[in-house]
Amino acid sequence: MAALSFNRVSLTYEGSDRQVQALDDLTLAVADGESVAIIGPSGCGKSTLLLLAAGLLTPTGAGEIAIAGNPVVGPRRETALILQDFGLLPWKTVAENAGLGLQIRGMSRSTVRERAADALERVGLSEFVSAYPSELSGGMRQRLALARAVALDADLLLMDEPLSALDALKREELQTVLLELWQRRGHTAVLVTHSIEEAVFLGQRVVVMSQRPGRVGAVVENPGAGTADYRASEQFFARCTQLRALLAEEGAL
Amino acid sequence: MSATVNTRPSTDSRAGTDTRRRKPQAGIRKLLGYAGAVAVLLLGWAALSAAIGSPALPGPVPAIEAFVDQWYAIWPEMLISLLRVVVAMALGTAFAVPLGLMLGRSPRADAVFAPLIYITYPIPKVVFLPVLMVLLGLGNSPKIVLIAVIVFFQILVTARDASKAVPEPSVLSVRSLGASRWDVYRHVVVPAALPDIFTALRIGTGTAIAVLFLAESIAGSSGIGYYIVDAWGRIDYPAMFAGIIGMGLLGVLLYEALDAVEVWATRWRRAGT
Repeated sequence: MAALSFNRVSLTYEGSDRQVQALDDLTLAVADGESVAIIGPSGCGKSTLLLLAAGLLTPTGAGEIAIAGNPVVGPRRETALILQDFGLLPWKTVAENAGLGLQIRGMSRSTVRERAADALERVGLSEFVSAYPSELSGGMRQRLALARAVALDADLLLMDEPLSALDALKREELQTVLLELWQRRGHTAVLVTHSIEEAVFLGQRVVVMSQRPGRVGAVVENPGAGTADYRASEQFFARCTQLRALLAEEGAL
Repeated sequence: MSATVNTRPSTDSRAGTDTRRRKPQAGIRKLLGYAGAVAVLLLGWAALSAAIGSPALPGPVPAIEAFVDQWYAIWPEMLISLLRVVVAMALGTAFAVPLGLMLGRSPRADAVFAPLIYITYPIPKVVFLPVLMVLLGLGNSPKIVLIAVIVFFQILVTARDASKAVPEPSVLSVRSLGASRWDVYRHVVVPAALPDIFTALRIGTGTAIAVLFLAESIAGSSGIGYYIVDAWGRIDYPAMFAGIIGMGLLGVLLYEALDAVEVWATRWRRAGT
């Protein structure tokens, strides 16, 4: 159970010489098991939104963020955050990276090893347990970041442009991996992306954010997400066109 | 539950298990490198000695003869010097690394300590040798303390800057896993700073040996530095150069030991290259 809700959340960064308001009175609800994609102009506070949900930032002002009905006050055990650069540690092997969350949670060495191995098998990295991240290709690193989330048995997956460093073909391949993981595990997923196609392929709802200070500009229902061959369907293209128009209105295109 | 995602890893993987093992040729290449360096040094030395023609610069042959001849007297002095340097560097590092890493992560603490460090760092600590001798006598402790303080500063500044440069996304992603402050140091800050700390240690080794010579020659009656100055005083130039050879060997030993520890402690850096 991991419904996520933002209730009138604002956040202002204290810069060295000026304040930057990243989010202004943002309200958004993500249902348990739902997959939501967030798209918007750069600098609209998309990443801030994820850091807030992960409990790494605290809202300024009266707004509240809740997961499964409980207010977020700090990092939560069942939440996994996947950052743009994957957050892999170059000095840890593939197995150590995959098991890092479990190790930090103080699980026994053997449990960590077992669950990391299981997660790596699920993303197809079993052969590379003792390799270091620098020995992996971009796509494999992304799989490893996913394995870490899987090993944690996370029920809420927060992803910040996880595939932006990959080429187009690898991107589609990993979008499929993300989709399959979501369909099999049934976790709640929030994906921040700047790719319209990615948002439409993976998000049951696509949230369009407005220019800074960020708030919800529009929400596009996208029930077709996750169906077979969605990428080739008329509906897919119609959604993409609709989103492109909305983003143009927000001044993102 | 154990079903795998159907797409297999890409075939462009560079991952292999052999890349991390050190190739056997590396050891041979290193030995050849040392042999070449020694040959060049000996030839240059012999040429210079022949050109000057003074007893103050004997050629390599009498020096090596003296080294072999005096080995029973030289090795205990080398051992004493080695222990002094190792203990001093370990002490300096043990204090400098935690403090430096902490300062790098805390702008507030750094604001307090930075002026203190910048005022004291450039002062050559050797000038405090007389004070240390008064306080601690002529034994091991003034030498160890002096070297430890010098190494402490070199490593402190490096460790601080290295921990300042730790990429924030790495810290964030570990914190999102519920990492405590201690976890962040253990999993991110310390390993990220290790390569820089080893560089500082390598630079510190050179300084440490130079200072050791000074300390041993001014104060005390033991160590390879004392051996050299003593031979000098007896105008026994071959013995003096035998001591210099010993000091060179000491340096090689320290550098190689440091390299070996670094290779082990930063294994990931040799991966995938």
